[in-house]
Amino acid sequence: MDGAHDMGGVPWTDPVQPEPNEPPFHAEWERRAFAITLAMGMPGGWNIDMSRFARENRPPADYLSKSYFEIWIAGLERLMAERGLVAPDEVAAGHALHPAKPVVRTLSAEGVAAMLHRGGPTERAPTGPARFAVGDRVRARMINPPTHTRLPRYVRGHAGTIAAVRGCHVFPDSNARGAGEDPQWLYTVAFDGVEIWGKESDPALEITVDAWEPYLEPA
Amino acid sequence: MNEHHHHGHDHSDLSETELRVRALETILTEKGYVEPAALDLLIETYETKVGPRNGARVVARAWTDSAYRARLLGDATPAIAELGYAGRQGEHIVALENTPELHNMVVCTLCSCYPWPVLGLPPVWYKSAPYRSKAVKDPRGVLRDFGFEIPATTKIRVWDSTAEIRYVVLPMRPEGTEGWSEERLADLVTRDSMIGTGLPKQPHEVG
Repeated sequence: MDGAHDMGGVPWTDPVQPEPNEPPFHAEWERRAFAITLAMGMPGGWNIDMSRFARENRPPADYLSKSYFEIWIAGLERLMAERGLVAPDEVAAGHALHPAKPVVRTLSAEGVAAMLHRGGPTERAPTGPARFAVGDRVRARMINPPTHTRLPRYVRGHAGTIAAVRGCHVFPDSNARGAGEDPQWLYTVAFDGVEIWGKESDPALEITVDAWEPYLEPA
Repeated sequence: MNEHHHHGHDHSDLSETELRVRALETILTEKGYVEPAALDLLIETYETKVGPRNGARVVARAWTDSAYRARLLGDATPAIAELGYAGRQGEHIVALENTPELHNMVVCTLCSCYPWPVLGLPPVWYKSAPYRSKAVKDPRGVLRDFGFEIPATTKIRVWDSTAEIRYVVLPMRPEGTEGWSEERLADLVTRDSMIGTGLPKQPHEVG
């Protein structure tokens, strides 16, 4: 979807503000927000693309007014409400009001290390040959789906060069909709800064994005 | 915020967000969806075990062992796993070599993708709008925000992490470190030097 999360090249006047010796969390609630989000992945049963869509699919003013972990919490609440795991009236009350929904599995303390080590690899066996090879010229398609996509707006319609073939990976546009993994070839595509930003661009700038085959056409 | 709260009235100075997160954890625990000990362990893992010190060891190994460097640049995921770092948000890692001709910088314009097993959780600035918007358009301006510049003739390549490939920069080894041990070299490797928004420390900056 075209949302406020898609920030590449959006004019922003504030400088980047590094924080010396920054801790992983800045408040106790951030620790707990992080942990419940990770832990709920198991009983919740959603995938990473559904999580990303639940976070980004909100009005720009809402997205931009929330801090990073506030967006995580808003996304988590949405995912849980959609599945009947936690209802809004329970969040308002601060306690469970409805019976727990049966879940297949939960995360125990003993299972944490294995869950983190396992991660969520996305590479899958190819179902056919790759359409493009390193060095091929390609163009990012002009698409604006209302659903989840990982093709950023700033490269759409622009031509670049295949820099690497990364194997066949779960296709987020399908996976986020619960329509299956639909694995597709994934490429790293390199774009000249001038191609994206015009002749005022830094001539020594190159940008790469990782793009699945359905995002690309021959140029 | 209530300025007139009483000591011992522990809810009076909690923000709406703090109360919401507390409510969620209570509900999830009551329903048996989460186990508090698992939550504590998740937090402890990313506060004490998984962080940029891991990546620094990978870089220091690559600086001192040319065969390891070749494995890292060839297929980083198994090379990094040799040192015991693997898993969530690092399932498919690619290492990017900085040279005098090429400077690499990593961003995720769409969210916050970041190689957790080697760098830990991303800093706030990495997830912020200024970085996500500016990195792909004016990376040299970003470097100035971080207080340094690279020569105008050095090519800059910005890697937007739009899929599940995670990128880590292999910075150039500082001059004057000949004969240094891996452990000592790792002290020079900053988190930002592995994102491409910083350079390793110079020998005189460490003891």
